[in-house]
Amino acid sequence: MATTKAAGMTRRERFEAQQRRRSLIIAATSTLVVVACIIIFVPMTPGWAKVQRSFFNGDVLVDTFPKLLDAFKINIMIFAWSAPAIAILGLLIALARDAKSPALFPLRIFGATFTDVFRGVPVILTVYLIGFGIPGLGLPRPWNSPYIWGSLALILTYSAYVAEIFRSGIDSVHQSQRSAALSLGLSERQVMRDVVLPQAIRNVVPAQMNMLIALQKDVSLLSFIGPVEIFRQAGVFKSLTANFTPYVGAAIIFLIVTIPATRYADYLMAKQMRDRS
Amino acid sequence: MTKMLSIMAAALALTSTAALAGGHCAAGKTLTEGKLTIATGNPAYYPWVLDDAPESGQGFEAAVAYAVATEMGFAAEDVVWVRSSFDEAIQPGAKNFDVNMQQYSITAARDEVVDFSAPYYTAPMAVLVSPGATDTAPTLDALRELQWGAVGSTTAVPKLTDVIQPSSDPLLYGDNADVNAAMSANQIDAALFDLPTALFLSAVMIEGSKVIGQFAPDTSDNPDQFGMLMEEGSPLKACVDEALAALTTSGELAAIEATWLQDTTGVPLIK
Repeated sequence: MATTKAAGMTRRERFEAQQRRRSLIIAATSTLVVVACIIIFVPMTPGWAKVQRSFFNGDVLVDTFPKLLDAFKINIMIFAWSAPAIAILGLLIALARDAKSPALFPLRIFGATFTDVFRGVPVILTVYLIGFGIPGLGLPRPWNSPYIWGSLALILTYSAYVAEIFRSGIDSVHQSQRSAALSLGLSERQVMRDVVLPQAIRNVVPAQMNMLIALQKDVSLLSFIGPVEIFRQAGVFKSLTANFTPYVGAAIIFLIVTIPATRYADYLMAKQMRDRS
Repeated sequence: MTKMLSIMAAALALTSTAALAGGHCAAGKTLTEGKLTIATGNPAYYPWVLDDAPESGQGFEAAVAYAVATEMGFAAEDVVWVRSSFDEAIQPGAKNFDVNMQQYSITAARDEVVDFSAPYYTAPMAVLVSPGATDTAPTLDALRELQWGAVGSTTAVPKLTDVIQPSSDPLLYGDNADVNAAMSANQIDAALFDLPTALFLSAVMIEGSKVIGQFAPDTSDNPDQFGMLMEEGSPLKACVDEALAALTTSGELAAIEATWLQDTTGVPLIK
């Protein structure tokens, strides 16, 4: 007993330190074993040399990576103008679905149909239909650009999802708050704008972050109708070199962007949980 | 038990000798003994394969396939057709075909990953223009100003960026059908294809479009010769090359080309 006191630790603390050390050792060992298994056993498989040459070819990666980065600028560009449009349209659709007045019933139907249709149709189909279909009606250049109509396809699809998230946010604000605000003499519009929406939007920010991350990846679907963004550029290199490494390069670039974004979304989510409790 | 095994072995030996007369070089080298499995595109396009039905032997590549198979000692009914994408053809690992024919241009980089047969066709690249751009002169200067499109997985892309060097960024697509759609939607003025494909598209698919010029096949460093694609290190390569050489010497290959790709003359060269 006297020795433990000298070390400044109670028996309990010493036990807990020991437990911590023990779990640290177990975690380190199990991680090491898993990593070692991957490093040792995967290269022992008969096809590894071929797979390595096809997917993890250093020379091809070095050759193509700068051009992939260059092509990624197009992704960022499309993302940059689509995201705000999606936020605005999504909010409008959510408000349309939330319209209470009987006279505005057609608006509710429209909102419901819009979300049903654009959530139900695969994105790539919408991209094809709008990206080739509307310009095919005979629009003059530059108004038939695949950038414009492809982006519109993304905006329509994503705002359907975003609208539903906003709607769940609006529903999460308790009815009593609306009643209270109305009883103070605020109009319906003021209630929505000044009482409900500020809380609703704040509640769904983490969920909307996930939509941003998904959108950032789906921008690549525009490559089907012409724009040479990172996915198409990687595909071109793949064909020329008969090697899949450029796709791995593209994946790395996507990860560099999405991992911090995902972590940030997680952080927001955790913060919201803390604030609520 | 042993008796049954030996009967089975005898039966197997019988069927295989029946299929491959005289122990031809392809014996024991194909996916299924006695069968030659050939892959084509999905869909396969005219004039390479007619009506997307390679089994008929109609179309240039289908006809070459059957001629090569015959030369290798396979009967027509022993030719099995499968479909494959470009990615399936180059993925590492087991393939579902013995040879793959879908206008694969032979390039040095590709040759490191897969094997190519000797070329069976040399395809010049040709320029297909939309109805609105048919007056374009077949000169590099005039072509440079057009809005270009191409299929992203073809050797048309390096040709476009290295030789034509268009002033605005070309748009790239997944397959011929998408290039058609873009041209019909007036999103691109011109597209680069191999000559037979370009002629087919202009005659059948895109009304009012025109093939205004071709690049001489021998002047570029990439002559765009089509080869049959095989797995890297395929033991079949020697047999296929031998068959193709025999077809070339006998003039049969030229005859097939004359049958299916005869109208490729008369398109002006691009200067």
